[in-house]
Amino acid sequence: MTTKMKIKTGSDGGYDVLVLAKHPMETGNRKDQKTGETIPAHFIQTMVFSVNGSQVAQANLNQGISANPLVGINIKNAKPGDTVTVSWTDNKGESDSAESTIS
Amino acid sequence: MKRRSFLKGSMAGAALAVAAGAGLLKPSRVLAADWPETALSTNELDAAMQAAFGSTDVTDSDAVQIKAPLQAENGAVVPIQVSTTVPADKIAIISEKNPIPMVTVLNAGDGAGGLYSVRIKMGETSPVHCVVSSGGKLLRATQEIKVTVGGCGG
Repeated sequence: MTTKMKIKTGSDGGYDVLVLAKHPMETGNRKDQKTGETIPAHFIQTMVFSVNGSQVAQANLNQGISANPLVGINIKNAKPGDTVTVSWTDNKGESDSAESTIS
Repeated sequence: MKRRSFLKGSMAGAALAVAAGAGLLKPSRVLAADWPETALSTNELDAAMQAAFGSTDVTDSDAVQIKAPLQAENGAVVPIQVSTTVPADKIAIISEKNPIPMVTVLNAGDGAGGLYSVRIKMGETSPVHCVVSSGGKLLRATQEIKVTVGGCGG
C-alpha cells in the first residue's frame, strides 16, 4: 500500500492537498467469479489531515468511494515550510501515512 | 521432566500471543469509534442525515457548488468536487440511489473546508447531493448524474 500526496496553490487561496492512496476499497457486495464466494468488505474509513502536527480535517469514507481513492481538500492559514501529514486507517485496522512540506 | 517444561513453555507462549492479540485489537476499536458508523452504513437517507448532522432540515443554496460530470461512463469512478463560499464544518456527499446513500463525510476544522473532492462509485443514474453544514445550518446542492455502467457490485 502506498500513499502519495501533492500540494499545490489553491485557486481561491490556501493550498490544495491531494492524496492518492492505493487501496482496493472492496464493497463487500462483489463475488469472486471463480469461487462464487463474497469478497469481504475492505475500505478506508478515516483519513486525517494535519498541519504541523495539529489536525485540520478528517475525511470519513465508506465502500462507496472508488478504488484507489483520490481525496482533495483545501487548507487555509498554512505557509511555505509547513509540514502536511495525512494518515488513513481502514476497516481491517491497516494504516498508512504520507508527509510533505509546502514549498 | 523435559516434556513438562516444554508444555509449560508453550502455554506461556500461547498466553503471550493472546495478550498481544488483545492489545492489537484495542487501537483499531478506538479508531472505529471515530468513524460515524450509522451515517456511513445505513441504507436510509434520513437516518444517515440524522446521524451525520442531527437534522434532516436542508435548504438548497447557491453557496454550495458541485463540479461533476453530467454523464459518467463508468460508475466505478465518478469524480465529485464540492466547493463552498461559507465556512463549512462538515461536508457530506450523497448518491441517492446507492445501496448506502451517504458515501463520505468530511469533518473540517478551522484551517480547512471550502473544498472537498473525491471519486465515488455510483450504482445507477441518480441525483447526487452535497450537503454542507455551516453555523448550524444545512445547505445543499444537487446534480443529476447519468451512469451508463454501474459500479457497485458485479
